Amino acid sequence: MTQAASFTIEHTRFLDPQGRPTQALPDFAEDPMAVIDLYKAMVLTRTFDAKAVSLQRTGRMGTYASSLGQEAVPIGAAAAMRAEDVFLPSFREQGGQILRGVRMAEILLYWGGDERGSDFTGPREDFPICVPVGTHAPHAAGVARAFQLRGQARVAVCVFGDGATSRGDVYEAMNFAGVHRLPVVFVANNNQWAISVPRTRQTAAETLAQKAIAAGIPGTQVDGNDVIAVRQVVGSAIEQARAGEGPTLVEALTYRLTDHTTADDASRYRDDAEVSARWKEEPIARLRLYLSDTGQWTKAEEEALIGDCTAQVEGAVAEYLATPAMPPTAMFDHLYAVLPAPLAEQRAELEEVVKP
Amino acid sequence: MSEITLVEAVCMALARAMAEDETVLVLGEDVGIDGGVFRATDGLISRFGADRVMDTPLSESLFAGLAVGLGAQGFRPVVEYQFMGFIYPAIDQIVNHAGRLRNRTRGRLTCPMVIRAPYGGGIHAPEHHSESMEALFAHVPGIRVVIPSSPARAYGLLLAAIRDPDPVVFLEPKRIYRAPKEEVADDGAAMPLDQCFTVREGRDVTLVAWGAMIVETLVAAETLAAEGVEAEVIDVATLKPLDMATILSSVERTGRCAIVHEAPQSGGVGAEIAAGLADRGLVNLLAPVQRVTGYDTVMPLPRLETYYMPTEERILRTVRRVLAYA
Repeated sequence: MTQAASFTIEHTRFLDPQGRPTQALPDFAEDPMAVIDLYKAMVLTRTFDAKAVSLQRTGRMGTYASSLGQEAVPIGAAAAMRAEDVFLPSFREQGGQILRGVRMAEILLYWGGDERGSDFTGPREDFPICVPVGTHAPHAAGVARAFQLRGQARVAVCVFGDGATSRGDVYEAMNFAGVHRLPVVFVANNNQWAISVPRTRQTAAETLAQKAIAAGIPGTQVDGNDVIAVRQVVGSAIEQARAGEGPTLVEALTYRLTDHTTADDASRYRDDAEVSARWKEEPIARLRLYLSDTGQWTKAEEEALIGDCTAQVEGAVAEYLATPAMPPTAMFDHLYAVLPAPLAEQRAELEEVVKP
Repeated sequence: MSEITLVEAVCMALARAMAEDETVLVLGEDVGIDGGVFRATDGLISRFGADRVMDTPLSESLFAGLAVGLGAQGFRPVVEYQFMGFIYPAIDQIVNHAGRLRNRTRGRLTCPMVIRAPYGGGIHAPEHHSESMEALFAHVPGIRVVIPSSPARAYGLLLAAIRDPDPVVFLEPKRIYRAPKEEVADDGAAMPLDQCFTVREGRDVTLVAWGAMIVETLVAAETLAAEGVEAEVIDVATLKPLDMATILSSVERTGRCAIVHEAPQSGGVGAEIAAGLADRGLVNLLAPVQRVTGYDTVMPLPRLETYYMPTEERILRTVRRVLAYA
């Protein structure tokens, strides 16, 4: 018997949970502002999430999926992208969306039940939130194929959860991306829980990263609570893709510190002790420890940042709450490029019904 | 101008669209060097290259999803599903994404695409190769469902579908892929979507059909003509959105209507047409609207399939019932 194939999965971390470097930091981190910007983006996202949950709890917004504890994954990934790249998020990557210029008021508008929340004024080619799990992975392959056909040095970055890696769409997309060496990076945000189903019940595979191996593309793992590591590893994958070296799957290990969404109650299926232990590993405290230990961050700066984030979020909330609903007939207005005649009749009927 | 088959007309329209617009791409299983299992993409790879005529892995959900991504980036992908029976994994992408992207982004992102699939029975094909499931798609908001009934219609409607800015499910009646032939000019002229075509005029009864069933329906109309009954035959062509206006206008004149489709009866597009007539054409009706359809059974394997398909005889039985009402 001979060996037909073999593989290893690497794991990358730069900061331990106490914020201590475990190895020399990557080049980008030599610029203190680059690291501080990541910190600021995470704090803003956490502030935003807390406010969004409270809007839902007080009946001023619909169901919402908080990214509490997972901020480093989408933010590290988005920070590694160029403006002309295309981001294809799942429904928990608001941190990455905000960093790419999606306005917080737009995100609130979406979860508040208004389609205009997906008409981003910022990154016009980025995809909207994808609710059906993993179904956006083929879109990322399509976007990447478009870049490849046009000879553009652009990259599609697609983030999905651990549950999505059990879906055929994700495999089909990675497999196709491998065949054509497409400029796409898949990021599996492994927060350990797909609603109530733990990672161990999702797959017998030791890592999610190795799901790339069967698709013939590189798979690697990163500490998803270490934003420096996420930024570095996803960034390398993006630049490889940009250089024509094909796709990568990056598995980011993190933890969902809160409910799946505001409609979920994780205490039904998850021990508090497990959650408490995971709070010791979360990404924001880790980076704050690193920054303060190295003299790059003071208490005064922290207080100023909290104040600034709160003001930004409050501004977005005010804008969201002050945005009137679209007229009811708006449901017809972007269904087709030109409304077909039978639908024009239905639109006219609705107009008649809602006439004051 | 020579006579060509329906499948040749599909290929001619694809080549025309690709030649006039470099954003048009063809993808699917075996569409490249093999030219498609029915040869609908024959020769396209040598003319337009493997970048634009791409064999995909056997990933039916992927193709439709790829088309969403390509469409959002400004391409016009034409995706071939080998048989309609294998299109179901793509329903997720078609319903959840293709039909919604324009609406959910308020027009910021769109995905023009054509999803082609041969459909229908009557060619003694293996299991899963003969179904008529157009009603599944006709129910979906944000897309069009188009079915040609002749080579000329295939050419004109496929060009229109490719040029349309919204997703189109284009179902090709494979029983008439090879015959009858018809003269079709490769003039790049599209036919209108969202419109029925009156393919035979008559004053006594309106027969509504689409796809391969147009053939039996026209034959039945000739038999009736020999008996002194003039049937008007309407080819629906675009099943979604449905042009009820043309059907209502015909029934206003004839007062009688029979609907012919190969698909199962319950929840079929025939039911939507009958409901439209009940809604807005009832005062003109001299007889109940009746349907001649496939049965609500699983499509039988080839030994029994001829008993499943509406035949000229079944159409005539139904039309005579409709005519019998005074």
